[in-house]
Amino acid sequence: MIRSVRRLSLLLGVLLVALLVNLTVVQVLQATDLRARSGNQRVLLEEYDRERGPILVGNEPVARSVETTDNLRYLRRYPAGPIYAPATGFYSIVYGATGLERTENAVLSGSSDLFFVDRLEQLFAGRQPQGGAVTLTLDAAAQQAAWQGLQGKRGAVAAIDPTTGAILALVSTPSFDPNALSSHDPAAIRAAYDALQADPAQPMLNRPLVALNPPGSTFKLVVAAAALQSGRFTPDSVLPGPATYPLPGSTRSLNNWTGSACGPNNQVTLREALAVSCNTAFAWLGNQLGDDAIRAQAQAFGFDESMEVPLRAAASRFPADPDAAQTAMSAIGQFDVRATALQMAMVASGAANNGVTMKPYLVKEVRGPDLAVLSTAKPEQFATSMTAQNAASLVSMMVSVVDSGTGSNARIPGVSVGGKTGTAQTGNDNPAVAWFVALAPSTNAKVAVAVVVEDAGETEVSGNRLAAPIARSVIQAVLRSRG
Amino acid sequence: MSAPDSAAATPGTAAAGSPPRQGTRRNTELVLLVVAWGIGVLAYAQISWATSDGLPESFGLSVGVVGVVALVMHLVVRRAAPYADPILLPTALLLNVLGLAMIYRLDIAASQRAAANGAPEPTPDVYAQLTWFLVGALLFVAVILAVRDHRRLQRFTYTAMLLGLVLLLLPLVPVIGTTVNGAQLWIRVAGFSFQPAELAKIVLTVFFAGYLVRARDSLALVRSKVAGIEFPRGRDLGPLIVAWLVSLGVLVFQRDLGTSIIFFGLFVSLLYIATQRRSWLILGAVLFSAGAAFAYLAFGHVRLRVQVWLDPFAQQADAGYQIVQSLFGLSGGGILGSGLGQGYPQLVPFANTDFIVAAFGEELGITGLFAILVLYAILVERGLRTAIACRDAFGTLLAAGLSIVLALQVFVVVGGVTRLIPLTGLTTPFLSYGGSALVANWMMVALLIRISHSARRPEPVATPADDELTTVMRIPS
Repeated sequence: MIRSVRRLSLLLGVLLVALLVNLTVVQVLQATDLRARSGNQRVLLEEYDRERGPILVGNEPVARSVETTDNLRYLRRYPAGPIYAPATGFYSIVYGATGLERTENAVLSGSSDLFFVDRLEQLFAGRQPQGGAVTLTLDAAAQQAAWQGLQGKRGAVAAIDPTTGAILALVSTPSFDPNALSSHDPAAIRAAYDALQADPAQPMLNRPLVALNPPGSTFKLVVAAAALQSGRFTPDSVLPGPATYPLPGSTRSLNNWTGSACGPNNQVTLREALAVSCNTAFAWLGNQLGDDAIRAQAQAFGFDESMEVPLRAAASRFPADPDAAQTAMSAIGQFDVRATALQMAMVASGAANNGVTMKPYLVKEVRGPDLAVLSTAKPEQFATSMTAQNAASLVSMMVSVVDSGTGSNARIPGVSVGGKTGTAQTGNDNPAVAWFVALAPSTNAKVAVAVVVEDAGETEVSGNRLAAPIARSVIQAVLRSRG
Repeated sequence: MSAPDSAAATPGTAAAGSPPRQGTRRNTELVLLVVAWGIGVLAYAQISWATSDGLPESFGLSVGVVGVVALVMHLVVRRAAPYADPILLPTALLLNVLGLAMIYRLDIAASQRAAANGAPEPTPDVYAQLTWFLVGALLFVAVILAVRDHRRLQRFTYTAMLLGLVLLLLPLVPVIGTTVNGAQLWIRVAGFSFQPAELAKIVLTVFFAGYLVRARDSLALVRSKVAGIEFPRGRDLGPLIVAWLVSLGVLVFQRDLGTSIIFFGLFVSLLYIATQRRSWLILGAVLFSAGAAFAYLAFGHVRLRVQVWLDPFAQQADAGYQIVQSLFGLSGGGILGSGLGQGYPQLVPFANTDFIVAAFGEELGITGLFAILVLYAILVERGLRTAIACRDAFGTLLAAGLSIVLALQVFVVVGGVTRLIPLTGLTTPFLSYGGSALVANWMMVALLIRISHSARRPEPVATPADDELTTVMRIPS
């Protein structure tokens, strides 16, 4: 009998091994798949059981977690409501996370490798891991100023520190309240989400990063830069600026907004053409330079490339193969040219930073659960867009726009502000879009800003009337808060 | 690998009269018991700390009671079965205290959920389980003291058969039988509910062992050879067929898949051990397959179990919910687990009974679950070793039978919860919440300890018990 007991115990041993192997398969090999399955509440509960780190602007949280007695322990709150929504996004049990809540999830949830030491500590202390904090580059005062300026309008503001690329303001109106989408009540979340989706004003659209509008006359900054970079033109070069420019290879022609010539004898300097936003002069200039040169310059400022700041920004674009007439139209920011507010702010910041365009970024610091700084963003160059000398020329021309041209509403006493107005037709039935792109001060610039107001009425001066005051108040806010 | 293990064998040659002290290994048992108790205390403390700010007021009392009870069990063994295997008791105790800790942890989860929903505070299960532990300990002591010699149990072979069948049928009696979750395996008397099948496992093991000791010779006879394999005579197939029919009956009338598998598996295994004929295993496997096929075709609930086993996610919201939640829990635990008190074992329905393994898998990870399975493996291995060391056939079969019951039960329940095999709904020995199973398991351990004592005892001098055995063994031929 002893032999058969031994044999049987061997058989039982095989059963044990089967259990061990099967457990390894379930708990180790299939674990990732099982965790990713829908209906696995555990993953959600775990996520909400940890104190998610805050998103900070300065030292103030614009997103933070508060403890509740719900099944889901922590509730995500956004103290400033909709103002920072384009940056933070929301954190929803129904729709997942968007914005920085999504891109910075590893830090905020505490799963980032940066917290390895903290996690070890938590393991031994038997505590739930805690999330780290993310500090944004946003300037609260600038954000507030842009938000207030856009109230009642549909539009966007993007402001950049030209020397670093740090994004100082990122505002979209109308916006949405992330609190409504981040509650613990799925039915309420769905209702709020459906209402936002149904709103024709598209409150969840992140306009400064993804809304592509024709840049209108603000694109003349790019053409002017291309002209200077070509070596054939200086700010004092004299261009033809007649009332009407016949489009080459076409029976149609292009008019100045005022219907008259830009200067005496249909002649105008490049500086003057930019200051008064002379369409015929820039259309002519566009054909002189050719579409390749303009495209190259546009790309040197960031066109035709999507960026991650780390939120994804849409690629602004210059048409791939325009004919001469289309090139003339493109040179004044019409036809198929499209740009985001962020892109136009990059154009201004390239000029302001001696021709070097910096990569825009939104996350300044990553902090541990104890708020100790773990990593700081390193500014990176995007490209050298112009020579320093040409950049200085372009800036001085932009100052002329504000001092003596169409951008009068951006004037700030005691500060030399450079700017460019723009108004663009978006189609026959669509209302025009008003733009203002600015930088200040003109030497050692601290801020470059682009303002877009969609649905802006129909006058050339609307860029100045609608967008310039907003740019001005953002500049003032930055100069006040950053000395 | 000779029969009695070295620890017990060395002093065997010592002078008869005063038994040599160093051979009993009772101090080893005491130390291991303290370790097992200590692990339980740490688990209890960790759960308290992880789920609240401190230890509960009753902490000292609870761990004190468990400690004193374990000490009493040890002292009884030390006195009444000094040569018993020193591993059995501490291993069983460790499993039991781990179970108590997890039941306490699930009580906390239930209470938290009630608080969040504004529901009244539920009654904690851990005190009931603690009480059942006391009852189990009491019966453990009773078995150790009452069964002075396991060979006497052989006298009750047919009484055991009768009792076993009565216990199995009890839940079918109209007034006292109750159906819980679709299976009719409970009796309810005077407010207490009890699962008689748990006790039936022991009683029927006694019957199988006793019966096979007498019948083994005739069952071992070989008459026919089919395809190179020797098969028993047709008329010797009787007992196997009966066991098969009884286990099918349990399946049909009580809808208890697990118990029927265990009975049948136990009987076939013991048949094999007693006769050493592999043909019995093959016949058993054939009958098992036939029974399984019949059950699959005839019963919707069996078919559903198999479908859920093959693809639990297809019915994730209803029939597959439990197993899917179990898999989620296990995968959530991963390698190291969330830590006691820090997972969500309460998301698995019946986490403290059928699915307590999933709870351990989540909070202790695969590491903890492996450790628990190894504890079972140790229990089974010590039991089988006892069977091998045993000097009488009845003891061998009884010890082997008890070990096999334990092993099969662990395999069936853990395999079910982890989706190795279809789910059957059994309790996990010593870990699960439930009085009948806990009490029965302690009685099984008591029997094993009793058998191991006589197996490891130094060379026995002639005793009346031996004479009795010889008379019993005289089989009319």
